[in-house]
Amino acid sequence: MSDKKKIRQTVIPIGPFHPLQEEPEFFKLFVDGETVTDIEINIGYNHRGIEKISEVKSFDQVTFLVERICGICSNSHPFAYCLAIEDLMGIEAPERASFIRTVIAELERIHSHLLWLGLAGHFLGYNTVFMWAWKYREPVLDIFEAITGNRNHYAMNKPGGVRRDIIDDDIPAILKMVSELVPAMDMFKGAIIDDPVIHARLKGVGILTKKDAIAYAALGPVARASGFDVDIRRDEPYGAYDRVKWNVIVEQDGDVFAKAKVRILEIYESIKIINQCLKKMPKGPIDANIKEVPPGEGIGRIEAPRGECIHYVRSDGSNSPVRHKIRAPSFMSVPTAKASIVGQQVADASIILAAADPCYCCTERMAVIDKKTNKQVLSAQDLVRMGQEKTRKLWKP
Amino acid sequence: MAKQLMFQIKDKLGDVVFQLEDKSAKRTFASIHKADLRQVAGVLHKDFKARFSIASGIDNVKNFELLYHFSFDDLGKIISIRTFVEKDDPVIDSLVPVIGPAAEWIEREIHELLGISFKGHPNLKRLLLADEWPEGKYPLRRDFKNE
Amino acid sequence: MSIKVKALTKSLWAFHLATGSCNNCDIEILDLLTPRFDVERFGIVLVGSIRHADVLLVTGVVNKKIAPRLKKLYEQTSKPCLVVAVGACACGQGIFRGGYNTFVPVDNVIPVDVYVPGCPPKPEAMILGVVKAIEKVKSQK
Repeated sequence: MSDKKKIRQTVIPIGPFHPLQEEPEFFKLFVDGETVTDIEINIGYNHRGIEKISEVKSFDQVTFLVERICGICSNSHPFAYCLAIEDLMGIEAPERASFIRTVIAELERIHSHLLWLGLAGHFLGYNTVFMWAWKYREPVLDIFEAITGNRNHYAMNKPGGVRRDIIDDDIPAILKMVSELVPAMDMFKGAIIDDPVIHARLKGVGILTKKDAIAYAALGPVARASGFDVDIRRDEPYGAYDRVKWNVIVEQDGDVFAKAKVRILEIYESIKIINQCLKKMPKGPIDANIKEVPPGEGIGRIEAPRGECIHYVRSDGSNSPVRHKIRAPSFMSVPTAKASIVGQQVADASIILAAADPCYCCTERMAVIDKKTNKQVLSAQDLVRMGQEKTRKLWKP
Repeated sequence: MAKQLMFQIKDKLGDVVFQLEDKSAKRTFASIHKADLRQVAGVLHKDFKARFSIASGIDNVKNFELLYHFSFDDLGKIISIRTFVEKDDPVIDSLVPVIGPAAEWIEREIHELLGISFKGHPNLKRLLLADEWPEGKYPLRRDFKNE
Repeated sequence: MSIKVKALTKSLWAFHLATGSCNNCDIEILDLLTPRFDVERFGIVLVGSIRHADVLLVTGVVNKKIAPRLKKLYEQTSKPCLVVAVGACACGQGIFRGGYNTFVPVDNVIPVDVYVPGCPPKPEAMILGVVKAIEKVKSQK
């Protein structure tokens, strides 16, 4: 890795062409001149029928299946699913397992928020932010690899506990890597939260009111940025969250700036939680050794990086779930894009949609339709470019 | 405090809840008839400020079962409203007029995957399945055959 | 070796084509641009237009709806164009095999030159995959 190498401006093709550029668009924006008048959100292009596949997998195999719902929050789904099984059985995972689960979950929150930060930087035209954010993701992925054996899809959770232990001898090294994130975060904080250009660019843009956040039952940073204070880690504590000190970050303005601020400040809280968990790591078993899942039903939920992730499982005593309902947080938060984008300017579209936090590749599938002619006038590439241009204008003294 | 809440809810709803199961301190399942759904959802959402988390539908072969999961964030508790829908009359009231846009997507999903209709839904079109997916084939039904 | 093929082995312009995936492979591909891996020092550039592509990096599970469009897009590329199937889903449907949204493997739709298995494959493995594609082209003369 060459730190000294100048970071060249490159075209980062997150936005542009997509194989399905004609249809279906994920975000179809209708405009009247410069103003967005309506939005149509189409999902399902990568619907894989996972809930049905779950019914033919064993309870243990399901953890590997649900990991692959989304690559970014790949720990969240197995965690919620395992809690659902434990809820069904009325048991709790051993203490050490809960602490390990918490460390992994918070590391995931850091990597997910950094990923988002990088994308937001790209949409705003700060490609340096993109490079730096993703560069600082790498040590986090290294920690994952050291603990779990894989950079992503770590397969740590299993019903009843965790699959692998965190070796006590490794803890000082992990603590050191995590502490090195703090100066990086201070830099991002300065670059984003304290930057007057970003203030001018993002404040008052794409506001989601608290009333709308409640009406849509929004979740995660999208909700908390609008003053809708919901965080499962505090509301229905699981893992080790009620045994360590940390704060829920809530902002009131509901604009894109607030959403960015919430995510950045949450990374600091995650670092706090990880430090405390690693220092207080209890001794003991890491697995409750579940042999059979009896008939019954259970609900498990956790606070994923994007909000409440909830799983419902029903069992009839056989080796597979009878029914497995999975609801990712984006399912509730993405529709809020409608409330926050209508009436806004087209140049802000890409950053507003990114702030509503869909899974990253969904933001690349945008199209803009002119209300009067019903023809596509702008592509995703155009939208991203417009967003970057608007920022550039603010850089001029 | 959770017990007090349950008393208050039971009090407000009366005999509408014909079966109540406190599975644990955090999980309660309340069974109602489908005709009472809007009333119950309204009470939980408006009077008790519960947050609608999600709904789940199951094909029980002899009927369809719908569970509406409401979260009481202050108490760290979920109350799931359980109701049944007949196979030969798979229709139920939409909750969108009562709890707002939060219910829109999940009702569309249950509609296309299980074949249950939601009366009063503003836009009951497909959410996940492609337009080319054949009508009348519901993947989450027990009798669904893959290809 | 013809001029066209020779040019291919100097600097590769790669186009990333995501079908229905969990995005993990896609993120790892983007990671190739970031300072740690920095594939640009090898001359590998991620481009924004499929018409400029020498290499197609395909990720994700292909379903019936996406298949004809994938084929159409492949036909738009200027030949020779190498296809690298990245990830277990692109190589052979991965863990989603048997799902009701009828998947087909990528090589049922377009010819694949290199398979990079993994879920997700590490960025180093992806770079190796592209290198192998180059070697394959060289050996074919």
